[in-house]
Amino acid sequence: MQVPAQFEYERATSIAHAVQLLGKYNGAGRLIAGGHSLIPMMKLRLARPEVLIDINEVAELGGISRVDGELRVGALVRHTELLDDDEVAQLFPILRDAEKVIADPIVRNRGTVGGSVCQADPSEDLSAAFSALRAYAVVQGAETQRIVPLRDFFVGPYETVVGPGELLVELRVPVRTGGSSAFLKVSRRAGDWAVGAVGAAVWLDGDVITEVGIGLSALGARNFVAVEAEDFLRGRSVSADVLGEAGRIAAEHCDPPVDQRGPADYKRHLAATLVTRALQLACRRAGREV
Amino acid sequence: MEITVTVNGQQHRRSIEPRVLLAYFLRDELSLTGTHLGCDTSNCGACVVWLDGVPVKSCTVLAAMADGKEVRTVESLAQNGKLDPVQQGFIRCHGAQCGFCTPGMLMTARWLLDRDPNPSEERIREAISGQLCRCTGYENIVRAVRWAAEHERRDEVTS
Ligand SMILES: Cc1cc2nc3c(=O)[nH]c(=O)nc-3n(C[C@H](O)[C@H](O)[C@H](O)COP(=O)(O)OP(=O)(O)OC[C@H]3O[C@@H](n4cnc5c(N)ncnc54)[C@H](O)[C@@H]3O)c2cc1C
Ligand code: FES
Ligand code: FES
Repeated sequence: MQVPAQFEYERATSIAHAVQLLGKYNGAGRLIAGGHSLIPMMKLRLARPEVLIDINEVAELGGISRVDGELRVGALVRHTELLDDDEVAQLFPILRDAEKVIADPIVRNRGTVGGSVCQADPSEDLSAAFSALRAYAVVQGAETQRIVPLRDFFVGPYETVVGPGELLVELRVPVRTGGSSAFLKVSRRAGDWAVGAVGAAVWLDGDVITEVGIGLSALGARNFVAVEAEDFLRGRSVSADVLGEAGRIAAEHCDPPVDQRGPADYKRHLAATLVTRALQLACRRAGREV
Repeated sequence: MEITVTVNGQQHRRSIEPRVLLAYFLRDELSLTGTHLGCDTSNCGACVVWLDGVPVKSCTVLAAMADGKEVRTVESLAQNGKLDPVQQGFIRCHGAQCGFCTPGMLMTARWLLDRDPNPSEERIREAISGQLCRCTGYENIVRAVRWAAEHERRDEVTS
């Protein structure tokens, strides 16, 4: 039997109410969404909040919409919802690829997009996927709202720029034509966290890569992204050699942790291979066979 | 704190500590011990119940989160002494051995068939992929769900 330490429970009814409750408890309150990262941590006493502020009833935090050339994904959107959304899959196949291999169907019914990126676990798949897409995070505080590029959102493992009095409202992904995306993950068994995972998004003008995003999960990439490989690719023509070199560069610049999922050299090899293959798949989906 | 939860159509009001998990609330407060606890870490799926119509792992949901909501457990499957087709399928196809994983499997199977009355084997395997069975090797569970699908559609199920 595993039971969390004692806490008080509050249920927020709106974004404003949630922010007000965060202010009221002044750092002692912690938001809970799906609870599928936080509750296990509380059972293990890795987290011990005095007050839980439940945001599951905040309707404003839900929903997927397309507004002003952006895809908006509410923080409270469940994994299952993102997985099942056909417009999302058509605009950004990387997101359906990723959701298919996050945890299992029952966990996906409960876990949320916002909880995933706010957890900032170095193995979180959506953090890599949305970073590859250069998403923005909308962060609400008592007085102001900030819009933060997701690439500046992660401070370190389990740490983000969301302050104690703030909450994540939604993620916004700019919709641009002429590109596609893909996500590939290697794990030890179905439903498990990644040994390594890579998301890639490319935009092409003919053969030339005009913009690219590469996100890495569980591979020790700073802020989940492979900036050096992106810089190398931008402006180059797509070829097997070029995509192979991008994989090599990404692997060189990441620092995979040694753990029960494998040694560093293996994971580095995985980083190179997955980056190249994810780029290939994204290019193929964008209509450019490599 | 006070919570009111509708479980299998019946309203229950209880005073609980906020830290009580839904699975323990069902078992200890309401004596609905059909819901099992295996891992207590959201990995095995023995604790799957429906929360507002959606299967969740109740070891990782606070009872407080179910306040004002509807929960459905394995105890609700049999109606008026008649077993649900998925339960009958598990009997016919030997889908349960020790029976520990069975309540969770049944709740997920019922949910799947409500959405997809004719699921492929692959779809069934995907649906139960977050649930562990130490006994059957899953073959008979998949067969049991197929059995339920076939007989339910033909409306051939008897008690
Ligand atoms: C068995 C299992 C397997 C899993 N496998 C994978 C996997 O393969 N890949 C993967 O990527 N993930 C995996 N996960 C994690 C899963 O994606 C979780 O759902 C996710 O990490 C957390 O989402 P949540 O809504 O449950 O967050 P919660 O647990 O509710 O919250 C997590 C953290 O985020 C904070 N938070 C939540 N919402 C907000 C908000 N709107 N604003 C600010 N802060 C907020 C909370 O305070 C907490 O600190 C797995 C989880 C389980 C239980
Ligand atoms: S007891 Fe809930 S998933 Fe194992
Ligand atoms: S029948 Fe024993 S665990 Fe499934």
